[in-house]
Amino acid sequence: MFQTIRKDWFSNIRGDTLAGLVVALALIPEAIAFSIIAGVDPKVGLYASFSMAVVIAFTGGRPGMISAATGAMALLMVTLVKEHGLQYLLAATVLTGVLQIAAGMLRLDLLMRFVSRSVVTGFVNALAILIFMAQLPELTNVTWVVYAMTAGGLAIIYLLPMVTKSIPSPLVTIVVLTAIAMWLNLDVRTVGDMGELPDSLPMFLIPDIPLNFETLAIIFPYSLTLMVVGLLESLMTATIVDDLTDTNSDKRRECIGQGTANIATGFIGGMAGCAMIGQSVINIKSGGRGRLSCLLAGAFLLIMVVFLDEWVAQIPMAALVAVMIMVSIGTFDWSSIRKLREHPPSSSIVMIATVVVVVATHDLARGVLVGVLLSGIFFAHKVGRVLRVTSRTDDHGRVRHYQITGEVFFASAGTFMAGFDFKEVIERVRIDVSRAHFWDITAIDALDRAVIKFRREATEVEIIGLDEASRTLVDRFAIHDKPDAVERLMGGH
Amino acid sequence: MNKVIGCIDGTETSATVCEYAAWSAQRMGAPLEFLHVIDRHQEVAPVSDFSGNLKVGAQEELLQQLAELDAQRSKLAQEHGRILIDAARSRASELGVKAPEGRQRHGTLVETLGEMEEDTRLVVLGRRHVDPAAPDQPVQNHRLERVIRAIHKPILATAAHYKTPERFMIAFDGSPTGRKTVERVAASPLLVGLPVHVVTVGSGASADDALGWARTELEARGFDVTTATRDGDAERALGDYATEHAMDLVVIGAYGHSRIRHLMIGSTTTTLLRTLPVPVLVLR
Repeated sequence: MFQTIRKDWFSNIRGDTLAGLVVALALIPEAIAFSIIAGVDPKVGLYASFSMAVVIAFTGGRPGMISAATGAMALLMVTLVKEHGLQYLLAATVLTGVLQIAAGMLRLDLLMRFVSRSVVTGFVNALAILIFMAQLPELTNVTWVVYAMTAGGLAIIYLLPMVTKSIPSPLVTIVVLTAIAMWLNLDVRTVGDMGELPDSLPMFLIPDIPLNFETLAIIFPYSLTLMVVGLLESLMTATIVDDLTDTNSDKRRECIGQGTANIATGFIGGMAGCAMIGQSVINIKSGGRGRLSCLLAGAFLLIMVVFLDEWVAQIPMAALVAVMIMVSIGTFDWSSIRKLREHPPSSSIVMIATVVVVVATHDLARGVLVGVLLSGIFFAHKVGRVLRVTSRTDDHGRVRHYQITGEVFFASAGTFMAGFDFKEVIERVRIDVSRAHFWDITAIDALDRAVIKFRREATEVEIIGLDEASRTLVDRFAIHDKPDAVERLMGGH
Repeated sequence: MNKVIGCIDGTETSATVCEYAAWSAQRMGAPLEFLHVIDRHQEVAPVSDFSGNLKVGAQEELLQQLAELDAQRSKLAQEHGRILIDAARSRASELGVKAPEGRQRHGTLVETLGEMEEDTRLVVLGRRHVDPAAPDQPVQNHRLERVIRAIHKPILATAAHYKTPERFMIAFDGSPTGRKTVERVAASPLLVGLPVHVVTVGSGASADDALGWARTELEARGFDVTTATRDGDAERALGDYATEHAMDLVVIGAYGHSRIRHLMIGSTTTTLLRTLPVPVLVLR
């Protein structure tokens, strides 16, 4: 145990400290931008980022992953904040945490295996598009100065690393644009115009809401979606970090850790958050591997924001927009566009459907649901095609032998029935199912109908080679082998 | 099959590990396997780029970069390990071991030995000890101690130089742990037939009783037994006895009485591991 603690916390102190600093600098603009998306004061997102990062450093299951206030979560809160206000958001955040802990206890993380690669790509792309779209209000009906500043900011972000990789280029963008705006006294919108910034350390507070069933009815649907999206993004990010670092993570602990972090965040006045794909990649790139980097990112963030609040208020929105455009470009999986043609059409449809639903509803959970359902349907369709019914006559044309090969279930029951020739006048039929498997009651029902149809034509039917699992289904649900078969199939009249 | 595992890491102890491992395997009639682990220290970052920006395809690019770095390091470590293992295997064959095997695994030594524990009968590991010529030189065996804490199989921690054991001693304290150590030595083929000294620190009637019990137990198995008691500081007294009587190997028990002790391996064990100039067989 001491070994693990030492390995997780103290084996990469230099790398974690520097990476923590880089991440903290990148978190500030994001936290502010996501607060604006959610429609709350920047301090709500900043406190949330601090508390998520610090708590998850201790409770998370994936060292090296960064959690904070995120765009995916912010998008889900917009209506709640608009209709009911901040206090309900804080309560929803706490409830989200409780639900996430319950999900972790119930091992719902195992459900992640039903989320296919295409759905994950769709999720990531949709997220990138939404982050980009959220910047558009800052870029419409503004003077040319804002466009110039945004373009200049993007130029610094992408070109500076060619000169030096020792200073974070988004930080330089922010510093340079803020300096220019202040020096030239430019009339542009700044972070200070967007709402209150933190001026003190966060304090414990209980959300100011009536504790009754009505409140629960308001926040529960939001918390449920927040829980799902938070865990989805966290587990996806954990897998990405697993791959990047070639190590394993404890997904169950991550779920419970996310829950704990959200509960803590709700009680200090922060909005719900989760793991961040972009920030985690930046962390790994900057040399962060352990828990220390996430802890320090949170701590540095708070220190900088609380002590530099007057300066942070002067940051022009154009600088934030530039950083957020970078985040959305970096988050988008560009290779997926090239692969649209290479991949099977069904995968591409799943990916695009996920993106379209998310962009239309602003709800990542619905997109993932549609993606998962579509993947399931496509899969059933594919497996359903793996069914062959062949036949031959035996015993000088008096017996017909049907050979069934493949999977019989709801999607292939039609093919199964179509394989039989009921018009043929024959004495006996032998159905060999030793190379087939019956998966569900639709399959059993099809078998029943086939058998009874043959019997009505006065053909004797024999089924051979039913495997154990199919046998159990037949014993429980089939009627062709029960004495009153025909009556029951006809509805008992 | 239950094997003798010789842990080779390319440091100066590896040659000695090879000799002792070959000797143990022959004494016990057990198959011998040399183990080399490649620990890539994934918890430490190989690169750091503080540009803090996300370019197009940032994630794939980073994955590719990290994978290439890891592949390079692994390849070097793999080749290095293969050479070490081949050398150890041919040396063991010369010494008369039949078909010594080699194995390379990724991970830490403790992790790997843990995975292999089922098939393990004895682990032979390198050990550093205080050089009489430079007694103030600090000596640490962190990895060895970690293995002893984590692995519940007998561990033979070598000395700096190989000498075929001709006589050995058991550090015996009369406790249930000590008695178990004696029983296990008596039952094992590793040391059978060698003259044994059972040494207790601290005299008294109970010590004499315990030594009497140990003598009977070992003589029943045909050992030639000498018993002795010493006074004073246990670590020093045991070390002095080993030097005076030219012992070639010291057996100590490292069983814990409580869960905490179980986790911590006692300070006596740690000190003996640091000071004794002869191999130490640790029984848990």
